[in-house]
Amino acid sequence: MIDIQSLDLFYGEFHALKNVSMFLPEKSITAFIGPSGCGKSTLLRTLNRMNDMIKTVKIKGTVTIHGNNIYEPEVNVELLRKRVGMVFQQPNPFPKSIYDNVAYGPRIHGTKKKSELDDIVEKSLRDAALWDEVKGDLKKSAYGLSGGQQQRLCIARALAVNPEVLLMDEPTSALDPISTLKIEELIQQLKEKYTIVIVTHNMQQAGRVSDQTAFFLNGEMVEFSETDTIFSNPVDQRTEDYVTGRFG
Amino acid sequence: MNAFKRKKNWYSSDRVMPKVLLGFSLISILTTFAIVFILLKESITFFSSVSVYDFFTGLKWEPLFAEPKFGVVPLILGTVMITFFSSIVALPVGLGSAIYLSEYAPDRVRTIVKPILEILAGIPTIVYGFFALTFVTPILQKIIPSTEVFNALSASIVVGIMIIPMISSLSEDAMMAVPRALRNGAYAVGSTKLEVAIKVVVPAALSGIIASFVLGLSRAVGETMIVALAAGLQPRISFNPLESIETLTAYIVQVSAGDIQYGSVEYLSIYAVGITLFAITLGMNLLANYISSKFREDYGG
Ligand SMILES: Nc1ncnc2c1ncn2[C@@H]1O[C@H](COP(=O)(O)OP(=O)(O)OP(=O)(O)O)[C@@H](O)[C@H]1O
Ligand SMILES: [Mg+2]
Repeated sequence: MIDIQSLDLFYGEFHALKNVSMFLPEKSITAFIGPSGCGKSTLLRTLNRMNDMIKTVKIKGTVTIHGNNIYEPEVNVELLRKRVGMVFQQPNPFPKSIYDNVAYGPRIHGTKKKSELDDIVEKSLRDAALWDEVKGDLKKSAYGLSGGQQQRLCIARALAVNPEVLLMDEPTSALDPISTLKIEELIQQLKEKYTIVIVTHNMQQAGRVSDQTAFFLNGEMVEFSETDTIFSNPVDQRTEDYVTGRFG
Repeated sequence: MNAFKRKKNWYSSDRVMPKVLLGFSLISILTTFAIVFILLKESITFFSSVSVYDFFTGLKWEPLFAEPKFGVVPLILGTVMITFFSSIVALPVGLGSAIYLSEYAPDRVRTIVKPILEILAGIPTIVYGFFALTFVTPILQKIIPSTEVFNALSASIVVGIMIIPMISSLSEDAMMAVPRALRNGAYAVGSTKLEVAIKVVVPAALSGIIASFVLGLSRAVGETMIVALAAGLQPRISFNPLESIETLTAYIVQVSAGDIQYGSVEYLSIYAVGITLFAITLGMNLLANYISSKFREDYGG
């Protein structure tokens, strides 16, 4: 479904992604792993063009989603980001009510009817496994929630615009183990409806949640295959060193 | 002998310097108290010959007539009118320029525009005053011939221009304090730049923005030279901005610059007007403080 072909990305002179090619099938979970600074977040951001906001970025190669090249000039970036949602490392809810956080996306995309918004908010919160905890407090500020709840709220906010793809950049690195576990369970459930890409520094997490795993080093994709293969039987020595913790 | 023994330099002592610095800050506090004290004292003398009720409800301000009348309502109305019309100019333009500077302007533009705004804020108000009188008023008279030479509108427009930099810069500070992460969250669900600015950044910075509005308006309330020069010295109850009016501040200038006998009731009236003005601006500043502290967003995770 997502097809990355010979992708190079430069921050000014700095070559941050080197000739990356990979195919992410529909309704699968892909993990990006690799040491800090290897380009995981950068690659993730190329999939919803969040890199556009960084002035120095230059991109070569193509990324197609369902056969549509998302880097063609006539692409509507807002529409792309509606279909390719993103969840960030730090929970970043808006300083608004829980309800308004989730309803934000549908509202800017034109849903006005209260009953429709109510339905979307409930459905998204249910899908993000947060509904039962907040259903009585929808009007309360999102800042009253715990970090883990805030992160699930951010997932609900992303789901509310009905995306096909969900990009998650270290979504649990700011959370405690129990919240982390909840989010991991959630990711597994979301796989039924969404294509998911997750960046993580947590090897166990990659092993637990993902179907395939890509290992990056210095902007290069060293190895990409079934998660089991990457962790138990990698082809490249560097991958093996990294996943067994013998790296650097 | 203790190697850590304190050297006896009185000026480097952490015990002496704080006291000296405290003395400096006391100067401004004491001055404020002295001003309030004098305002109160002289106003009390004034109110022994004019009743407080008549002062605050009287509709005629005729201090120099044979039978003087001290009804402050026309002056308050003049001040309110200037504040109202200047805010129509300053609030949208100030907020708009803050949105532009914080959300759209490339760094290069920002580094040029910000100092210019600061220069604008540093121009003496008397200069703004004759700008209103000699530039804005003639233009208004061309557009609407019935405009008087001294009129509230011209002064209001220029007072508005004067407070734009303040509103713009304080609002921009509030908007720049909104974390990048909130903007990213909004972009990630497909927001346009404008939607991010209007629906996320402005609401998140609202307390700071409103505080900047209130502070700006309190500047308009206290503005003196522009209104004294361009709005006239005609205390009257009028809702027509093309007529000349008089504000609280302009009256104080009028009396201070005139040759009214020291100690007379007319003379004392400036203290009563002064304390009214003081109360209004103090109230507004407290309100601005209250808004920005009470509703401060901590963007806490
Ligand atoms: N805005 C930017 N401007 C210039 N260089 C950048 C920018 N963002 C990232 N880089 C550089 O690109 C490289 C890849 O960064 P990226 O954030 O993608 O790494 P990462 O794999 O996500 O690391 P981490 O695990 O620490 O999040 C790094 O060397 C980084 O310094
Ligand atoms: Mg990263």
